[in-house]
Amino acid sequence: MTRSAILNGRLYDPASGLDKRGNLYIDGDRLVGVGEQPPSGFVADQEINVDGLWVLPGLFDLYACLRQPGFEHKGTFASELRAAVKGGVTSVCCPPNTSPVNDSAAVSNLINDLARETGLSRVYALGAITQGLSGEQLSEMYALKAAGCIGVTNLRRPFRNNKIMKRCLEYACSHDITVFACPEDAALAQDGCVHEGAIASRLGLAGIPASAETLAVSQWLMLAEDTDVRLHLGPLSCARSVELVREAKQRGLKVTANVALANLMFTEACIEDFDSRFHVRPPLRREQDRQALLDGLREGVLDVIVSKHEPHEIAALLAPFAETEPGMSQLETWLSQMLLLSRESQIDFGVLLAASTVGPARVSGLGGGALKVGELADFSVFDPNAEWTPTAVQWMSAGKNSPWLDRTLPGVVTMTWVGGKNVYPSVTQ
Amino acid sequence: MIWPTENKPRAAIQLNHEGQLRHFLSIEGLKRELLIEILDTAESFIEVGSRSIRKVPLLRGKTVANLFFEASTRTRSTFELAAKRLSADVLNININTSATTKGESLSDMLRNLEAMAVDMFVVRHVQSGSPHFIATAVTPGVSVINAGDGRHEHPTQAMLDMLTIRQHKGGFENLTVAIVGDILHSRVARSEIHALKALGAAEIRVIAPDTLLPVDVESMGVKVFSTLDEGLRDADVVVTLRLQKERMEGALLPSEHEFYRLYGLSAERMRSAKPDAIVMHPGPMNRGVEIDSAVADGAQSVILQQVTNGIAVRMAVMSMAMSGQINALAARGGQ
Amino acid sequence: MMTEDPLVDVGSLLQSMAQKVTSLMQARNIGHYEIVGIRSGGVWLAKALGAELGHRGAVGELDISFYRDDFTRIGLHPRVRPSALPFATEDQNLLLVDDVLMSGRTIRAAMNELFDFGRPASITLAVLADIGQRELPIQPDVLGCTLHLKPGQRVKLLGPEPLNLVVKQGVPT
Repeated sequence: MTRSAILNGRLYDPASGLDKRGNLYIDGDRLVGVGEQPPSGFVADQEINVDGLWVLPGLFDLYACLRQPGFEHKGTFASELRAAVKGGVTSVCCPPNTSPVNDSAAVSNLINDLARETGLSRVYALGAITQGLSGEQLSEMYALKAAGCIGVTNLRRPFRNNKIMKRCLEYACSHDITVFACPEDAALAQDGCVHEGAIASRLGLAGIPASAETLAVSQWLMLAEDTDVRLHLGPLSCARSVELVREAKQRGLKVTANVALANLMFTEACIEDFDSRFHVRPPLRREQDRQALLDGLREGVLDVIVSKHEPHEIAALLAPFAETEPGMSQLETWLSQMLLLSRESQIDFGVLLAASTVGPARVSGLGGGALKVGELADFSVFDPNAEWTPTAVQWMSAGKNSPWLDRTLPGVVTMTWVGGKNVYPSVTQ
Repeated sequence: MIWPTENKPRAAIQLNHEGQLRHFLSIEGLKRELLIEILDTAESFIEVGSRSIRKVPLLRGKTVANLFFEASTRTRSTFELAAKRLSADVLNININTSATTKGESLSDMLRNLEAMAVDMFVVRHVQSGSPHFIATAVTPGVSVINAGDGRHEHPTQAMLDMLTIRQHKGGFENLTVAIVGDILHSRVARSEIHALKALGAAEIRVIAPDTLLPVDVESMGVKVFSTLDEGLRDADVVVTLRLQKERMEGALLPSEHEFYRLYGLSAERMRSAKPDAIVMHPGPMNRGVEIDSAVADGAQSVILQQVTNGIAVRMAVMSMAMSGQINALAARGGQ
Repeated sequence: MMTEDPLVDVGSLLQSMAQKVTSLMQARNIGHYEIVGIRSGGVWLAKALGAELGHRGAVGELDISFYRDDFTRIGLHPRVRPSALPFATEDQNLLLVDDVLMSGRTIRAAMNELFDFGRPASITLAVLADIGQRELPIQPDVLGCTLHLKPGQRVKLLGPEPLNLVVKQGVPT
């Protein structure tokens, strides 16, 4: 067992309210000391001085597409997890939109195997709530849970009818499984690719009305109330959705919610001139929606920020706007974007950090996401005063679909540790 | 928002360093002076069309590829004729959209055509923004002309309509223009609204039920009317739009019959407009749906003149865009 | 630094040109002809010459922008206007008028354009000033004067009223 000491960093942990200069003491895969003094008898095998840098709990991502199995041309565990640790992300949860769909223990186990072989970040899976995500037949949710899935979801795929939707929630509830719901009414969103508003109208792009989301949020909330299921909603993109969740929480529903990083950073104004780098789902909406999402985070109505990391091959992007595949490759710029956001949009970095660490850790049911004695030693060291300019050559993710390529961003992750091991930068890299 | 978008000129890619046209992608983003220059140049080409040899040597040795991803005999023919009257060599490529579902093949196709030394692409595509995408993908010096992209814009159609209006009304400043019908799906309407705004029309009206209007259409600077009689009152120019039959199936309208009753342009309804009002239609017409034969063939109709003007406007735009590319290349020292 | 000096008396040159036109047309046995000017100086001059000749009927105006041979180098002239020939050119005798003759390329373009209106019976070329520097085998039938310019000098006809031929100096070429 290796013992390490990370010395003289700014220990910044929203979970415990910790924000002071100090040291981390690591024994094996756990934190054994957080603060000024080592636990008694602790002798470090290695000491690393991080004077002037921030020591942050590792980011926990509830939605990152790793593209395996089935879409290796878009990305692999190896490429995307390298991107994750470069971005200070120590846990990622991959959705079931793989091929085959993760609707069985067999696929979940395959994902577990891939994760073990790759190492780097921890990987968890979301299972499909219906077989093949078809919205018709319930999946073997109990088996999925037993295989390690932290929740089940149908992503944005519609259910054949509301009765099946309700049955899914009931069954998940009886096995204490969290349901992750991506609220979007399929008929209202049909063919849409951007926020339905003045810009979409002018560009002649089919819009997704806000009501496509708010209607679905309402529906999920009503059924959640009916079934008493533990529901995690998101990504949310509309101001009105935040209100609906706030109300539901006030009424005592077991509901949590997330927002995708892109919807916090950008608005529909970015799609001018058909800039398909900003083609994402849910779509970028108005500035007042973005502000409401930030308020939702400040007030704790929104619990989680997800990267919604969706790497794509170049060919998926070389097309007219509506024909490009939506999504951004987000993992490696996540912390930098949050630092920029905190500076530009008057939101406390700690709020953003909490929603990217302890928030998702709680929703996952696994806990952690904190710099506390006894917790897993998953953390990153971050230099907030450094800047970097991502380039395609240095980019880790197989997906070069990021608007931040060739743009200067503040804050550089200098080191990432998972389970007491320094995984970035790796010695062989 | 975190991303800097303020004050970025729209569709700047279509202009060269001197502000001259080098692609023609959208009316949006073009200033009044440039639109006037297009109209004036088109007038010169109308004169060319009246000669015994209706051809000028301007684009001799240039190759124009008509890339039509959506069927259109009329627009393609006028572009073809325009290119030929400029002495260009013309390549017509009609692509079944289902054959190119992926962007990859679109890019590959462009590369292949460029290898055949094509100097200009005239593009019609079912997706909004396709010509923008192609303009970013072609090599420098190659020009892209939008012949209609999805619901976005149909800028040459709008300019030929502006030319027709100017020929009849002398100018735009005091005009009230009413656009009737399926605004939601109409690229013609969008381009016309931008053009009329830039040229200083006094009032632009759109007349349609909400199901056929884009969300927030007022933000484009138009007045919305839901009844024809009110919307046509004292109008100088009436533009009727084609109603696609498939709109009936999309639950946008109850029936053709009710649409005609409410929005069909009849001689009687035209009495609300000014006595000297002109009637335009981008074609092809559905007689008895959006327009009555009596109006389409009547004294106020300028629909055939639109077609004639179409060739001249396309000649103007093609020669101006090619010229802009030549100057852009010269500025880069690439000549 | 730009200076503009009146070079010649355009009025007296026009008189002598008119005489030359008349005798040339007689010598060639041309009874009726139409006058065409090349925009813009050539048109002013054509009108003045027409008046001097007592020519009845409107003067044709030619805009050669679509026929220039330097499109692939410098692009389209920004302010093109329609050519206007208020008569048929087919089998017609034409008097083509321009202000300054230099390389000859303008005249070539003008003749190409005229032929697209119909095949003329003949074209007679009249120019106010020949400044040499020819690049094509084109010579005037009727000439006002010959000028020898120093390097960097250009001539320009100012008009339409009064007509003045000036030298522009130090203008970058």
